[in-house]
Amino acid sequence: MAGTAEAQKQISEVTGDYKYGFVTDIESERAPKGLSEDVVRFISAKKGEPEWMLDWRLKAYAAWQKMEEPDWARVNYPKIDYNDIYYYSAPKKKDGPKSLDEVDPELLETYAKLGIPLREQEVLAGVQGSAKVAVDAVFDSVSVATTFREELKKAGVIFMSISEAIREYPDMVKKYLASVVPVRDNYFAALNCAVFSDGTFVYVPKGVRCPMELSTYFRINAENTGQFERTLIVADEGAYVSYLEGCTAPMRDENQLHAAVVELVALDDAEIKYSTVQNWYPGDKNGKGGIYNFVTKRALCKGKNSKVSWTQVETGSAVTWKYPSCVLQGDGSVGEFYSVAVTNNYQQADTGTKMIHMGANTRSTIISKGISAGKSQNTYRGLVKVLSGADNVRNYTQCDSLLVSSECGAHTVPYIEVKNPSAQIEHEATTSKVSEDQLFYCRSRGLDEEEAVAMIVNGFCKDVMQHLPMEFAVEAQKLLGISLEGSVG
Amino acid sequence: MSMLKIKDLHVSVADKEIVKGLDLEIKAGEVHAIMGLNGAGKSTLANTIAGRDDYTVTKGTIEFEGKDLLALEPHERVGEGIFLGFQYPVEIPGVSNLNFLRTALNSVRRYRGLEDMSAAEFMKLVRAKAAELKMDPDMLKRFVNVGFSGGEKKRNEMVQMSVLDPKLAVLDETDSGLDIDALRTVAEGINAQRRDDTAILLITHYQRLLSYVQPDVVHVMIDGRIVKSGGKELALELEEKGYADVA
Repeated sequence: MAGTAEAQKQISEVTGDYKYGFVTDIESERAPKGLSEDVVRFISAKKGEPEWMLDWRLKAYAAWQKMEEPDWARVNYPKIDYNDIYYYSAPKKKDGPKSLDEVDPELLETYAKLGIPLREQEVLAGVQGSAKVAVDAVFDSVSVATTFREELKKAGVIFMSISEAIREYPDMVKKYLASVVPVRDNYFAALNCAVFSDGTFVYVPKGVRCPMELSTYFRINAENTGQFERTLIVADEGAYVSYLEGCTAPMRDENQLHAAVVELVALDDAEIKYSTVQNWYPGDKNGKGGIYNFVTKRALCKGKNSKVSWTQVETGSAVTWKYPSCVLQGDGSVGEFYSVAVTNNYQQADTGTKMIHMGANTRSTIISKGISAGKSQNTYRGLVKVLSGADNVRNYTQCDSLLVSSECGAHTVPYIEVKNPSAQIEHEATTSKVSEDQLFYCRSRGLDEEEAVAMIVNGFCKDVMQHLPMEFAVEAQKLLGISLEGSVG
Repeated sequence: MSMLKIKDLHVSVADKEIVKGLDLEIKAGEVHAIMGLNGAGKSTLANTIAGRDDYTVTKGTIEFEGKDLLALEPHERVGEGIFLGFQYPVEIPGVSNLNFLRTALNSVRRYRGLEDMSAAEFMKLVRAKAAELKMDPDMLKRFVNVGFSGGEKKRNEMVQMSVLDPKLAVLDETDSGLDIDALRTVAEGINAQRRDDTAILLITHYQRLLSYVQPDVVHVMIDGRIVKSGGKELALELEEKGYADVA
């Protein structure tokens, strides 16, 4: 199966040789290694947090100590020594930068290497008339650059680091923080509550359509540093916001831990679109190193007719444990999950979603595309739950797996719990292999082997890719080595 | 000079010899037909010319315009000007016909050192080709061959051929499974491709396509070899007497 071996090579160019593996040399300021109450205090003090926040963190830390690491996911990794990790690492700088000119040129250089989309590079370079994307870049643990804040402010949109929000909008943060993902929700979420170092806060007021797409770049830089970011997005009644998250991490031999929490709240008639391109370092060809990505992402569709849409393209990380979910509380609310997950070499991904239908006439759509290559394991795990009081619920789920090698695994684990007889639940699943016939057909039309695989994979992912905002789609396609589908006609 | 020159070709598939010493020469401007029963090695020959993996050439040579074809990758052969029309065109879900065609055309252009064709120019070209071959323009937006009828798939092959405009078209049982109207359209497509500077190799079971596309040379293939060659009347003779008697 020479063709498949070539296909394999193509996938490895997408995921294998990690081109973002560079280390920026900036003296960083770290907390002592390991986790203790003192470290939690250190982080809280570094962030200049009020007393209530410190108390909240300490309670979370106490709760976490009594919890156990989950082991139900189809992933295997050596036991993590939580005392062998630095929980805080900040680029050293006296004061926060007031403008981009003050940002360390090495950081900007890093962003350039990251391939932050052209539009945003233009923004960073201050090009006249450049498109509007606001970037809040999280370099290791501290937000270093926030653009367009003024313009957003005019629209009444708050877009800032979560640390700033805790100081400037404590009431809002108190009201919504952990309102979607409770402190004790799970082991990694509790850990995040105790030690999160930065992240993003967004508030879009009533009736406001956010005038630009908001974007945050996360990046893990220092050795042995877990990045624990925290994101909270609130869309008030009738508001709309589209949020883009891109992640990369440099190449390291050791495994780095990443345990983020993202909470979204949509009130009546509000809509939040959350898109992720995740290409954390996946480890080398022999499965050495790479990021452990244990993330809790959840949205609360609190208001009636609210809508949340998660779109993710996951190509990185050694181990992924991630289930962006929607709690559909408001009547008529809508939850969507569109996912492409690529695994190669020894990567393991256990990812999917939960759609919890609480309100009447709530609807959800799940489209998951898993692509496995090498010796990787790729699992879709999803829950569709309909509570007894939720009348006329509809769900449509489609899980497709594409196998590229003969040594990889694709697994689909759907859970469906329905307690209301009026619900209509549909589930479709397919598993297929990139076929020699397809490859040869493409090659006999002039495509080289890489282009052929890219084209077939592109077609396989089409249902998901079309939900990404355009500039993100371009980046995602680059990641998948795919030319833009549908750009003609 | 011959465009295609095959000498003493032996091809094995999974260690079984299928083509057993085949010679064939095709000049520019010519249409050749290879006829033969199932298992004679006709499709193996077509796939070997196009460069499919798993078709191992154990002996012999194939030259295309003086170049060693066997040294080239499948996509490079397309770049050089060879097109294989499939007996069973393959479905590619999620990829629109338009995107497929444009990617194919631009890959070939790049191989030839040309710039990519602009979207506008490409659309003009494809619409014209689709109209010539009586293809519903909506088919261009559909996924490659997905849900196409047998006739639509073959028509789609003709559109691809027409857009890529090869020097040598090898058409593997392009006439199979077609009703009479579809057969006529496909034949028109083939005839449109017939020029002084192009050549066509038709592979077929039946004589009926040859009523619409008149071949210059007809070859009879049995058990991996060409056993007899002649003019277009040979096809009629085959139809009448059967392979055993003619050979």
